[in-house]
Amino acid sequence: MNFDVSNLNIGLATAEIFVAIMVLAVMLVTAFARETARGLGYALAQLTLIVAAFITLFTLNTEASSAFGGMFVSDLPGGILKLVVYFSMMLALLYGRDYLADRKLDRPEFYLLALLTTLGMMVLITANHLLVVYVGLEMMSLSLYALVAFDRDSARSTEAGMKYFVLGALASGLLLYGMSMIYGATGGALELSAINKVAAEGTADKNILLFGLVFLVAGIAFKLGTVPFHMWVPDVYQGSPTAVTLILSSAPKLAAFAMALRLLVVGLSGSPELSGLAAHWQNMLLFVAAASIILGNIAALKQTNIKRMLAYSGISHMGFMLLGLLSGATGNFSGAEGSIIAGTPEAKELVTMAYSSAMFYAIAYVLMSLAAFGMVVLLSNKGFEAENIEDFKGLNSRNPWFALLMLFVMFSMAGIPFFVGFFAKLAVLKAVIQAGFLWIAVIAVLMSVIGAFYYLRIVKLMYFDESTAPCPISVSGEMQVLLSVNAVAIALLGLMPDKLLSLCKQAMETMLPLAS
Amino acid sequence: MLSLTHYLILGAILFSIGVAGIFLNRKNLIVLLMSIELMLLAVNINFVAFSHYMHNIAGQVFVFFILTVAAAESAIGLAILVAMFRNLRTIHVDDLDNLKG
Repeated sequence: MNFDVSNLNIGLATAEIFVAIMVLAVMLVTAFARETARGLGYALAQLTLIVAAFITLFTLNTEASSAFGGMFVSDLPGGILKLVVYFSMMLALLYGRDYLADRKLDRPEFYLLALLTTLGMMVLITANHLLVVYVGLEMMSLSLYALVAFDRDSARSTEAGMKYFVLGALASGLLLYGMSMIYGATGGALELSAINKVAAEGTADKNILLFGLVFLVAGIAFKLGTVPFHMWVPDVYQGSPTAVTLILSSAPKLAAFAMALRLLVVGLSGSPELSGLAAHWQNMLLFVAAASIILGNIAALKQTNIKRMLAYSGISHMGFMLLGLLSGATGNFSGAEGSIIAGTPEAKELVTMAYSSAMFYAIAYVLMSLAAFGMVVLLSNKGFEAENIEDFKGLNSRNPWFALLMLFVMFSMAGIPFFVGFFAKLAVLKAVIQAGFLWIAVIAVLMSVIGAFYYLRIVKLMYFDESTAPCPISVSGEMQVLLSVNAVAIALLGLMPDKLLSLCKQAMETMLPLAS
Repeated sequence: MLSLTHYLILGAILFSIGVAGIFLNRKNLIVLLMSIELMLLAVNINFVAFSHYMHNIAGQVFVFFILTVAAAESAIGLAILVAMFRNLRTIHVDDLDNLKG
């Protein structure tokens, strides 16, 4: 490790550096122009996200290249995930704007924290080194803790912030403990590809490596909000202002997915032939995914608060996403076509399919969750929180268009055919069956049927019940337009999922050589 | 002579005390913040011990980052604690029961 400026490749991190500078700029501007600058923070944040999106788009290359001596990697999956992060942050900020203004929460600090958390996600997505993973994760989480407690005069918001903080810090502690064990077991490797190399050679002490792996999986499961580390999800979703729930339920899930992908697939899969390590985290994730799907769907049944209901549904969706991730783990497949051994071209094809199905699921979930919480924001107005499922009663008679859009979202989340949620579930289930875990596919389908109940209950309330809270929908025109685009995109992506699916597949193809 | 194992056991004990403190403590939120700090410091002991015995300096660099982030983390934790105390007039863990379902 000799220091050489030409190895820095600083240009690859242009987007991150730009966002970091803009964070500082927003901080300065809002410090000096406090009273007059109500909309300034918002405008600057949106501008930053748009410019960052263009930078990422133009620096996107299909070949992975690393910067900062291998700590930072710029590749296609990272680029795509970053673009989706910008996009979902843009939508979340736009949806939440009127909501925040009505509650006098649209202080510039909000947008500052939103940009900081975006920067954290970007760093996390491009990390190729345990230290960078940790720093990115903390940058994302610390800003999110502050965002959750942003309504500082509300007992619920601050309580949610405290709960999120304590459990989040516990998760970071677990993750760090795992990292220290892996550092020790691999004899001082911190770079993910170096860790993988040592793990594949089998020279590392396997017990210590496994010990560290357990802690890493626990940390990842927490950040994704999956069972048994899901306790914070419903409380935090319910307690935080809905504009923050919008952020919490979308972009960080993508970042957590990227973290799982980097740490487990790139860092700790071992070689395909010597797949001992991958088999271990596959088993752990199998338990996590099965438990999340079962608990998430069953607990969501009895919720009367829509934010809590969507939180539990999010837990089960993350379980589904993990199904895709775990089915590619070992590279061994035993589907209907007979068993396929790791390392063969067929196996490679299936591994790509499995990981890309997980990526597709994560992106689809982010779209659906943005639209669902956008709808909750839409129904809330000054002095009224549309928090209960009852508030959706008779939406069809009040506003047929938005009732139809909500129907799209609920159908898609339930996995009804020809919405994007269906294809996401289909791809994931296909992957998991090919990997030879038929039992978990059966559980997942059964639980989806149970889950359809609470999604369809909302549809029933909207169309067949009398409205009890006849409050008019009063949000800005651009939010109505974009929410419509968002919900229609869910329906359209369901009609033609091939484009996004093949993009995910292409992304995973470029990433896999790194892993093996 | 102290070996690597001794340090690792010390780290494990401190880490367990930290985790136990988070789960067993039902009284005071400040104690909870202290437990979190203890967990992070236990990790630091691990890193420094590995770093020393493996003659690899990267672990000690990692510790600097953990220390810095831990400081930022406690600052945010205490800020949320103060905001919460102004609303609830309590820092008892058991009183955090507004959100249930």
